[in-house]
Amino acid sequence: MTTTFSPQRIGTVLVALALLAAPLTLGGEEYVLRVLTVGATYAIAVYGMNLILGLTGQLSLAHGGFFGIGVYVVGLLTTDYHWAFWPSLAVAVVATAVGGYVAGVVALRTHEEYFAIFTMAMGFIIFLVISRWESVTHAHSGVSGVKFPEGFGAVDFSEPIVMYYLVLVFLLGAAYVTYAVRRSGIGRTLVAIRTSEDLARSIGVNVGLNKQLAFAASTTLAGLGGGLFAAVQGFVGPSAAGIDLTFEMLMFILVGGLGTVLGPVVGTFLVLFLFEFFQDFEAYRFLVLGPIIVVLVIFAPRGIVGYLNQFVGRVRSRRANGSRNPGRPHDDRKAESTTDVKEAL
Amino acid sequence: MTLFIQQLFDGLALGGVYCLAAIGLTLIFGVLRIPNLAHGALYMLGAYVTYFFLVTVGVPYVAAIGLAAVVLALLGVLMERLVFHPLRNAPHTHHMIAAVGAMFFFQAVAQALWGADFRRMESPISGSVTILGAQISWQRIVIVGTAVVVLGLLTWFVKRSIHGQTIEAIEQDRTGSSLVGISPSRVSMLTFGLAAALATVAAGLVAPINLLSPTMGDALSLKVFAIIILGGLGSLPGAVVGGFALALAEVMTSTYVSAAAGEGIAFVVIVLVLAIRPTGLFARAVQR
Repeated sequence: MTTTFSPQRIGTVLVALALLAAPLTLGGEEYVLRVLTVGATYAIAVYGMNLILGLTGQLSLAHGGFFGIGVYVVGLLTTDYHWAFWPSLAVAVVATAVGGYVAGVVALRTHEEYFAIFTMAMGFIIFLVISRWESVTHAHSGVSGVKFPEGFGAVDFSEPIVMYYLVLVFLLGAAYVTYAVRRSGIGRTLVAIRTSEDLARSIGVNVGLNKQLAFAASTTLAGLGGGLFAAVQGFVGPSAAGIDLTFEMLMFILVGGLGTVLGPVVGTFLVLFLFEFFQDFEAYRFLVLGPIIVVLVIFAPRGIVGYLNQFVGRVRSRRANGSRNPGRPHDDRKAESTTDVKEAL
Repeated sequence: MTLFIQQLFDGLALGGVYCLAAIGLTLIFGVLRIPNLAHGALYMLGAYVTYFFLVTVGVPYVAAIGLAAVVLALLGVLMERLVFHPLRNAPHTHHMIAAVGAMFFFQAVAQALWGADFRRMESPISGSVTILGAQISWQRIVIVGTAVVVLGLLTWFVKRSIHGQTIEAIEQDRTGSSLVGISPSRVSMLTFGLAAALATVAAGLVAPINLLSPTMGDALSLKVFAIIILGGLGSLPGAVVGGFALALAEVMTSTYVSAAAGEGIAFVVIVLVLAIRPTGLFARAVQR
């Protein structure tokens, strides 16, 4: 961490440069730019999932539901109620933050698999309300004509490329929040809870409050991502709140690396790229992707970024130990779990 | 009154289906301590394989269900070996994520083999009988009857037979059972096979009433979770009571309140029960 050219820092700069340069190198490919922008809104929500699942170790399956709340708050306020975009987005963020905190009060009384089942039911209820409450949400006909954000000065957000950079700003913000949380005492507290709630409690951690804050933060990012998604898409339907979306986000984060700072963005764009690649046989993509999820969980549960971090950590510790200890012991897993707290990016 | 009796029988038939599906899930939870999110996908494949034997191969209805149950039992064992066995020491989130992967895979397989369109499975059992003024189709009576017989056989198997008793032994104390020579790994395979076969029987029975589609297992998957939470995770009698209770509640709500309310009641049940009792109703002391 002390050297300026640590591999992690170089990786971060590379990813940031790739994101910034992507629209320029694509030479005005509308479609690709659109995919990238949508991907960036997903990635913001995936950062939320990273906070609760990656750092705190709680599998929340209501994430797609909260994303949907963000989508529909912005979607409905800017169309049926003629609000401007920015106040609508603010309402979406506040609604998902408060909603997440209140839901967390009840949801976090449950543990482990009960928590997953509880949040799955919660997500499904949100989906049912959105897809059935015809008089408010228009049910399956969806919401069309969602407004673009209001520009200021020469900045016009109806330009796809400007919109892309706007979403990117929020994405970088989400990544920075994750980075800051990881480095702070809060991050270490959350990792302690992930490792063992009982142990964390025994050293004086307020487990309940910290989990609740992590959950509220995760739903807030889901709402923010959802709100931006609505503006990017212009037309939204109930599938933007579905349980399938939760599962897709789960795959994004798993591929990227749970609990890492770069994992969500790397995973999201990589898997979306694969989705586009398999687009011709869209319905069958899970013939390949389903087994990939299983194989990843079994053989590489730490994801791409997690794996790279582990590799860097191993090289570094080998260098530090000199020739004294050339080969690491076989149970790498335990050794990693202590190192990743300190240095994983 | 006629409407009520009609709905009562519909509820009982649905309850039979829910029971059979939920028992598999609760057995898996009892033995492996994992919520198998792919259970609904096994149910869905069970329906399609039954359809395959009945329509494409052309064997009689009962034989088709039996053959499908055998196929799915093998698939269940395979899934335990390939997906859950390698993860037996992993954190609990990993099981669920892997199960989701398996679920997506099964849905894609069904869609690749049979297409995304709804399919109708004609049942050889037709006609209906009038009881207290209500028209009850034979199919529904067969469902309830089969459910009762299968539940009876299952109870005998788990309580009386030596192989079935190993399931209960593992549920009660994993380490202790290993000490007396019960292989946890073999019991896991047995449980997965049994669970998949039971889900297939449920699916084969209900398929002539509902339509077949690759996503038919999604809603059921969540409903059986509601049932086993209601009845206590790992409890057999709980799954039976919960199955009938939820089915009746669902049918009555959609008749007397609204269809959407009937659809959502299972999830409201999960949320309410877990909000009041975070470890579920009738939860036994959780052993690790």
